[in-house]
Amino acid sequence: MIFVPKQKSILPGFGLSMGFTLAYLGLLVLIPLSMLFLRSASLSWSDFWATAFSSRTLAAYKLSFGASLLGASINAVFGFLVAWVLVRYEFPGKRMMDALVDMPFALPTAVAGIALTAIYSQNGWMGKLLAPFGIQAAFSPLGVVIALTFVGLPFVVRTLEPVLQEIDKEVEEVAASLGANRLQTFLKVIFPALGPALLTGFSLAFARALGEYGSVVFISGNMPFKTEIVPLLIMTKLEQYDYTGARVIAVVMLVASFSLLLVINLLQAWTRRGQS
Amino acid sequence: MTKSTTEPIWIRCALIGTAIFFLALFLFMPMAAVFIGALKKGLVVFLQSLIEPDTLASVRLTLLVAAITVPLNTVFGVAAAWAITKFNFRGKHVLLTLIDIPFTVSPVISGMIFVLLFGAQSALGAWLIACDIKIIFAVPGIVIATMFVTFPFVARELIPLMQSQGIEEEEASLTLGAGAWQTFFRVTLPNIKWSLLYGVVLTNARAMGEFGAVSVVSGHIRGATNTMPLQVEILYNEYNFAAAFAVSSILTMLALVTLAAKRFIEWKSVVNCHSRSSS
Repeated sequence: MIFVPKQKSILPGFGLSMGFTLAYLGLLVLIPLSMLFLRSASLSWSDFWATAFSSRTLAAYKLSFGASLLGASINAVFGFLVAWVLVRYEFPGKRMMDALVDMPFALPTAVAGIALTAIYSQNGWMGKLLAPFGIQAAFSPLGVVIALTFVGLPFVVRTLEPVLQEIDKEVEEVAASLGANRLQTFLKVIFPALGPALLTGFSLAFARALGEYGSVVFISGNMPFKTEIVPLLIMTKLEQYDYTGARVIAVVMLVASFSLLLVINLLQAWTRRGQS
Repeated sequence: MTKSTTEPIWIRCALIGTAIFFLALFLFMPMAAVFIGALKKGLVVFLQSLIEPDTLASVRLTLLVAAITVPLNTVFGVAAAWAITKFNFRGKHVLLTLIDIPFTVSPVISGMIFVLLFGAQSALGAWLIACDIKIIFAVPGIVIATMFVTFPFVARELIPLMQSQGIEEEEASLTLGAGAWQTFFRVTLPNIKWSLLYGVVLTNARAMGEFGAVSVVSGHIRGATNTMPLQVEILYNEYNFAAAFAVSSILTMLALVTLAAKRFIEWKSVVNCHSRSSS
């Protein structure tokens, strides 16, 4: 039997807490979500295909997946660096820097969106610097990448930090005493130990970026085929009362995010095994 | 720290410099842009844009939504954490994954499922219209969408902590004759209070700041169904940048308070750990 205790416990409240949890979960999450899938099932396969992979949606998938991948990659590189610096070195302002890393979790996405747009538009602080090089950041795919990098920033840092702290200094000393130079120790001893955590952080940042809406809509300019991300396309279809179209694209995105969730769970299990 | 386990000083400085540059570019600059944008036209304009009636209405609605969402999700979070960490049952991993679902779903899709469920085109929606009950494009819809989006936070904060605490203390309390609720309020709650508080703070921050999901279900009726983030969008799209950044600055302050609360609670739990292990 599922959701039933394996052995009798003297602690009370299993029925109450489990019943409440399942009822709340079912009413708020599972039933509404399943409606999305059930209604889509009544659609014919060719209709589904035509809506899910029209040229406009294909352009949106390409941008959403491409920009999220790029954003997550930037975060993998710089997030690694930030985590390394925060765990290994001492410098003034370190604690404030550490606290600020969580900012993208706490800041409302709409606020991030208008702030980034102000910075990267033509007469903004960064926009002015980039304009002479002919780089347009706001209202271009580059703007989408910037916003998605912002929202994914904490994930790599926060998944790497605890793993970095766990690494035994003695292992590094052994490597050094056996004649490895610092670069070799890093590449052959430290980096492999961080691999699973780095991948987990990367996937979390990627998954978050894929669904992001608020911070992107302001900076992207929302031009179909050029800077239209998938969540925005769903929003546009909803505003035009094209519920079938919106639902079909949502199903594609949900399948993608649930597959990612599965991958992340497997990665986390792998990370834990590496630690123990 | 010996020479063999650290890097030459110039590498260290270069790495620290790059990290600071990256964080300044992506974290510090947007925050500065919000506050400078808010105060660009002076303090008077800043204050005037905050007491504008539609903006005040959006503040009231945001507070109302948080006041309903946060307690409900807190009760859920505690109940879920209790069931998951204090008992052994089959399907625990499935349940944990199901609780995480709202984290993986795009905010736009989160809002959309409730439009599909309660909207005029569904059977339930038609019945609701017949009964003259408004959910979508009204306050109840905003509350439900916010509940969905902020649903996992408290449970996610509590589960790892309660897992590590085990059940010995509760067992002792029950064996000594305390009742179930007495055990919960006198033994469990004091043990988890800081993590619970952080879960509540986080839920509150997300409830007040949610944009995508709320945007889908709100209908954008000025002065009636606009939360603060939606008001930011409207002001921004009207090119009223000073007012948009003024409202944003309030939300940014809320975010800063959330981060400060996180630091405080981490520090508090470290102190607790030390006093426990030394006593």
